[in-house]
Amino acid sequence: MTKLTDLNIVEAVAARKKNEFSCVDMVKEYIAAMDKFRGLNCYITETPDLAIKQAEESDKKYAAGTAGALEGMPLAQKDMFCTKGVRTTAASNILNNFIPTYESTVSDQMNKQGAVLLGKTNQDEFAMGASNTTSFFGNVINPWKASGARSNQQLVPGGSSGGSAAAVAAHLCIAATGTDTNGSSRQPASFCGVVGMKPTYGRASRWGIVAFASSLDQAGIFSRTVTDSALLMEHMCGFDPKDSTSANLPVPKWSQEVSGSLKGKVIGVPKEFRIDGMPQEIEDIWEKGAQWLRDAGAEVVEISLPHAKYAVPAYYIIAPAEASSNLARYDGVRYGLHVDGKDLNESYKMSRAQGFGAEPTRRIMIGTYALSAGYYDAYYLKAQKVRRKVANDHVEAFKKVDAILTPTAPSSAFAIGEKSDDPVQMYLCDIFTSPASLAGLPGISIPVGLDKENLPLGLQVIGKPWDETTMFQVAWALEQAANFKALPQEVA
Amino acid sequence: MSLDPATVKKVANLARLALDEKQLDFYGNHMNNILKFIDQLNEVDTEGVEPLSNVSDIALRLRDDVVNDGNKQQDILANAPEQTSGFFVVGKIVE
Repeated sequence: MTKLTDLNIVEAVAARKKNEFSCVDMVKEYIAAMDKFRGLNCYITETPDLAIKQAEESDKKYAAGTAGALEGMPLAQKDMFCTKGVRTTAASNILNNFIPTYESTVSDQMNKQGAVLLGKTNQDEFAMGASNTTSFFGNVINPWKASGARSNQQLVPGGSSGGSAAAVAAHLCIAATGTDTNGSSRQPASFCGVVGMKPTYGRASRWGIVAFASSLDQAGIFSRTVTDSALLMEHMCGFDPKDSTSANLPVPKWSQEVSGSLKGKVIGVPKEFRIDGMPQEIEDIWEKGAQWLRDAGAEVVEISLPHAKYAVPAYYIIAPAEASSNLARYDGVRYGLHVDGKDLNESYKMSRAQGFGAEPTRRIMIGTYALSAGYYDAYYLKAQKVRRKVANDHVEAFKKVDAILTPTAPSSAFAIGEKSDDPVQMYLCDIFTSPASLAGLPGISIPVGLDKENLPLGLQVIGKPWDETTMFQVAWALEQAANFKALPQEVA
Repeated sequence: MSLDPATVKKVANLARLALDEKQLDFYGNHMNNILKFIDQLNEVDTEGVEPLSNVSDIALRLRDDVVNDGNKQQDILANAPEQTSGFFVVGKIVE
């Protein structure tokens, strides 16, 4: 018999409606799996008692015929989402004991559809990182293992939403939220062999998500399939007056539109993404992806995004500047870690120095410098101008194409500890995901194959603003063609 | 350009971070590497380019200037390291 933890959401909802199992049964299987794979360190906080209680409520709703769209589905929330009464840390010592008295809009909307909370997933501290090695609560370990010479190495799950991606890959939840500021819901999906997406900036409310870089932050989702991703996003997105950048636009029924035809669609392949040193097998799978889309009826053309290579350096001014401002709220007085100093000022400095790990400290320092008197124009303003050029490249490209196809990341999962001495090397992990973030565009990573070490590789589809529909359709066509069914060895 | 130790120290103070000499040196080195990386932005001609601060094509809204929330004193204080009589407690700020 199939394990209940092997079902995706569409399958699980259909089977539950036919009374093939109870929501409590399914939650208990997940709790057992979380227990078995605790060594992967996917969760910062597990909420098994709450999950069982919620599953009991869900079973009642199925019996009464009042089940929501996500009723009884065992999900995890990235620890960036404030969850009422459940500790929310952003993987930082400074929020080690923070218990929100309110619920983020996104998780609230999922709860209203019957979602069950298994726990809060591990991540890079304040979502700053690409390898999930900056968490105060320790590294997340990718459930995938390389074959061959590196088979004894522990690999990173990517970041920053590494716990969510690894938990979905290891079947420790049916789906999990992420956040995406520069690729944090796409690059880990590529490293872990799952689907990860972010919508257009403004689609999902940022209210109740721990703020990192507000002009870039968006909620994201990790799932087993493109259809699940579309279904979850339908319920996560929508207008929220509590977020001033929330778009007052209707949210399409994406899950019902994913299988739409690609006939007549034009897909762009940006020539600047063929970077030096990219493994041949990533080039190959990218070309294969283009061929799959041609086979599905689309036309594939080469496009140019001439400023794409400046996205990462621009990001590393904009995001740290916004982070230094957002993270100024951590004063050790109103909430979070408090360290006594001889006076208030020293108390601030000591609380913050002990509360923030190396990566947030580094970014606060860069951001504070970039915003300080005399440097604002040279750094922050310059970066915002380059951001405009990166965004305009996409505006031009989308005059000719309906969506863009790229690799998600320039490598498969690397070993824990690799790239950690040089922040710039780590920052370049986001080279393919950063341009869409700066341009505020929707993006999705779909697992399409394994490399020669048997590690998953993902392709990314970038859509026009507010046109997640086409993005999902292209992703769905790739998913059908790739038919990626591989699982990490210990999970299969 | 390279940051001198005095500038790094000044930035740490502005950011209210108590960093010792060793840490200042560590973060100063990383900042210099990152700034060197960021210097490539100067290759881009941005003459006359409008800075992009809001990527969305939707303008920020104003809301009516009315109270729409409140009576949450206990919620707001719930995570305070120290509180008394409905207030946050801070260390001494005047001699």
